[in-house]
Amino acid sequence: MSRGNFMSLRFAARSENESFARVAVAAFVSQLDPTLEEITDIKTVISEAVTNAIIHGYENDPAGEIAIEARIEGDTVVISVEDSGRGIEDVEQARQPLYTSKPELERSGMGFTIMENFMDRVEIESSPGKGTKVTMTKRIESKKALYN
Amino acid sequence: MGLQIELKRHRKALVVRLKGELDHHTAEGLRAKLDEEIKQSGDISLVLSLKGLTFMDSSGIGVILGRYRQIHAGGGKMVVCGVHPHLHRLFEMSGLYKIIALENDEKAALASLGVAL
Repeated sequence: MSRGNFMSLRFAARSENESFARVAVAAFVSQLDPTLEEITDIKTVISEAVTNAIIHGYENDPAGEIAIEARIEGDTVVISVEDSGRGIEDVEQARQPLYTSKPELERSGMGFTIMENFMDRVEIESSPGKGTKVTMTKRIESKKALYN
Repeated sequence: MGLQIELKRHRKALVVRLKGELDHHTAEGLRAKLDEEIKQSGDISLVLSLKGLTFMDSSGIGVILGRYRQIHAGGGKMVVCGVHPHLHRLFEMSGLYKIIALENDEKAALASLGVAL
């Protein structure tokens, strides 16, 4: 059985790579013929997850590395964003809307709320001192379906 | 892509035109630029003109909320206009419209602040 279509990226945890990451994932997902809104949703959640890794995972240490893997399973895309940073002590608390551990940096605390709103499913695996992996799933309602 | 910031002063109102993408990377520059302007102006109102803003994430929400606090503390108001549908969802989700008024364009935004062009 084939593994299906996938891609993986590995890049430095630098803020200038945030736009690269979201555009690269959006380009990969575009083969499912998503709507403009779906593409923007995906760009936004990638931006949120990568920003979290940079600010919270690595606390702005550019030596950190971020890995993204995206997989297409039928009409669904599964994307994981992973860092090897400091991890999250309390995942449930981090998921709360408006909660931020860094209010002094003017973080809005909306990152996970946005991910949960824009994607069908969001799973967070995190171990303090080891890192965080966020896996997000979204079914793409292909435009083709509208015309068939 | 980056972010272009254009500032235009109309008496007590500062129009901030944003073009491009507002994320964590570009938010830093915007914050610094606006902080400097607000510090110099004292009591001022802010019009966020977002017609050219094609992307924003929660870092944008953070920088807007932060400037709202400053403007509000100085007795000023904040108005937003030209919001793309995608940004509209973020504004609604984060409750920004509860504190920042939405207008169609810069003219209407300035009028709502009592500034005629």
